[in-house]
Amino acid sequence: MDMMPQAVVTPPSPRIMAERQVRIEARDVNIFYGEKHAIKNLSIAIPDRAVSSFIGPSGCGKSTFLRAINRMNDTIPTCRMTGDITLDGNSIYDRDLDVVQLRAKIGMVFQKPNPFPKSIYENVAYGPRIHGISNSKTELDEIVEKSLKRAGLWEEVKDRLNHPGTGLSGGQQQRLCIASAIAVSPEVILMDEPCSALDPIATARIEELIDELKQNYCIVIVTHSMQQAARVSQLTAFFHLGILVEFGDTDEMFTAPQEKRTQDYITGRFG
Amino acid sequence: MTEVRKGLIAKRYATERRFRIYGATALALTALFIVFLLADIVIKGLPAFTEPRVKLDVTGAADKVDAAKPAAGDYEAIVREALRARFPTVSGRAERRKLNGLLSQGAADDLRRMVVADPALIGKTFPFAALLSDDADLFYKGRQTGVALTKGATSLQFAESGEAYVITGDVAGLSPGQIVLVNEGALRITGIANGAAQAEALARPVTLNPAAAGGWNIMTLAKPEADRRISDQEIIWLEELKSEGVVEKAFATRFFTSGDSREPELAGLRGALVGSLLTVLVALALSIPLGVAAAIYLEEFAAKNRLTDIIEVNINNLAAVPSIIFGLLGLAMFLSFFGLPRSAPLVGGLVLALLVLPTIIIAARAALKAVPPSIKEAALGVGASHQQAVFHHVLPLALPGILTGIILGLARAFGETAPLLMIGMVAFIVDIPKGFESAATVLPVQIFLWSDLPEIAFQSKTAAAIMVLLAVLFSLNAVAIYLRRRFERRW
Repeated sequence: MDMMPQAVVTPPSPRIMAERQVRIEARDVNIFYGEKHAIKNLSIAIPDRAVSSFIGPSGCGKSTFLRAINRMNDTIPTCRMTGDITLDGNSIYDRDLDVVQLRAKIGMVFQKPNPFPKSIYENVAYGPRIHGISNSKTELDEIVEKSLKRAGLWEEVKDRLNHPGTGLSGGQQQRLCIASAIAVSPEVILMDEPCSALDPIATARIEELIDELKQNYCIVIVTHSMQQAARVSQLTAFFHLGILVEFGDTDEMFTAPQEKRTQDYITGRFG
Repeated sequence: MTEVRKGLIAKRYATERRFRIYGATALALTALFIVFLLADIVIKGLPAFTEPRVKLDVTGAADKVDAAKPAAGDYEAIVREALRARFPTVSGRAERRKLNGLLSQGAADDLRRMVVADPALIGKTFPFAALLSDDADLFYKGRQTGVALTKGATSLQFAESGEAYVITGDVAGLSPGQIVLVNEGALRITGIANGAAQAEALARPVTLNPAAAGGWNIMTLAKPEADRRISDQEIIWLEELKSEGVVEKAFATRFFTSGDSREPELAGLRGALVGSLLTVLVALALSIPLGVAAAIYLEEFAAKNRLTDIIEVNINNLAAVPSIIFGLLGLAMFLSFFGLPRSAPLVGGLVLALLVLPTIIIAARAALKAVPPSIKEAALGVGASHQQAVFHHVLPLALPGILTGIILGLARAFGETAPLLMIGMVAFIVDIPKGFESAATVLPVQIFLWSDLPEIAFQSKTAAAIMVLLAVLFSLNAVAIYLRRRFERRW
């Protein structure tokens, strides 16, 4: 395993960054799983109110970096990190920072829809309840309704809020998970291949939803599908072997990539 | 080529068929063993659930029972008198003692309870069902000797000669040891000489009238008198009681309501059941919180390092330690070092808690591990802390599995014998245990104790106690299976 740090990739400043402020910034991030060097000297700035997608072949480190943004990697005992990631200029790896508060600010949607084996209502209400966001039942009802509406699920489930969340279809479950994430009013939503377990129609619904959500949130999405990245994101980052190869405006990236490796991946020469 | 292939196919078929036969044979043999075991226990044990009683008219005579102190009355004498009234011909100390021996000591106690509960009975004559002794019980259940009755085919004449009797006529069919039932009496043949039979009276005939063919009976007892615990004399009495229709077979509630006893017909399981209950309560009260907490901590919170590895390996090892070792530990630690009382459910429970702790920890950890990590991630993703994720989501989902483990641990604790022998729960204890520190025994140890006793009647008591133990264990397992089915979730 090559332990030598790679040359620092300084991504060209994307055009879109000029219009938006930076929400998340990573500087010289290295992540190790035991001996494996999963992310090498990564620096990136992710803007607010836009969708940034991470693409790259399997094992390139895109999910690892995504999980570093809300410190999900803390749950893996062998995982180490150096460098720093900031949210609005404040380090998220600060000693005094409460990781639970952080995760409430940076919500996450997972690859496989993972609703709790509880009712639809309880699924959405769980986050607000543990964070004490609502004071009363009516307030909680409002949050649940608002979140489900935003996730585009309200019309389908409003008559069966007491039914188990696990009884919904895969696409509905994923939207339920998005609703649960929204319910705690996060600022950032991380999505780890949210459509990989879904059929094309359900995927289309989620993509529509992502498009709407970007009005209010900073969204980072990891995807295997380059078409999806092209469809939903304004910015695309290409990862390869733990290195951030290129980061730029999606339309430029897919038409005129700067790097040969990006070109090769996008045109399907490897990956 | 095709020939080779055909051969291969035939060979594969043969192998598969052979394997099916092995499997079916193994299954059939297992089933056979189980059926054999259960049938043996049930056949032996069922008689212990009934007891014979003789319906007597007893008189609560004022000279034997003081109305002011009914509990102190001489009820033994009252019951004996009532029985003797049924056999007016019985005379002599030895005979009367034998007759009294048909009754259980429990009969007087039953009568005492009855009169104490209803003092208005004093001075009156009232019906009472007196418990018979274990020997009588065994005789009625056919466990003492086979009894064959045949009609006499010839005519006989009878004459008295001193205490003995002489039977003349066609006595060719008779042999010594047989009993001739005639004229409401019973004559046992002692010898035959010169066409006449000498006989002694087990019950004196009312008259000496000659009997025609069909007018008398021969009773043949399969087992010689010397080889059984009940004499011919007693058999005649018991047969007479039976033929008069005063013997009733009742459900032996005292098997469940009384403690241990040296008299088989009085021995019951209540002491052992209460002892088991108290012991298992202590064991569970300790091992559930300790085991579940240890499992949650080890599975969800403990750092994965050398120390936790060692602890984990040792918990698994602990589950494989022979149970008698735990008994020795209990003896050395709880009795010798801490000076806790011997034979007490408290100590038994402590020892059993140690014994089932690994079972519960292993089952609980397996149940926690079986909860998919995505559930925990989902909780963490919406900002639950690690502890909240575990207690709000992982633990409730693991609970059915944990519960199953607890019930299996409970079943193990309930059936455990060896460690309790070491801490003195093997004593003969008549009293029902009153608390966690009073002397007690438990169900499996009670079985062990009874199986060791020489009285035949205890054999069926032992089998019956095994039936009770198995019933408890089977129902515990049924509850475990039900819980697993009921709360099983699919993800």
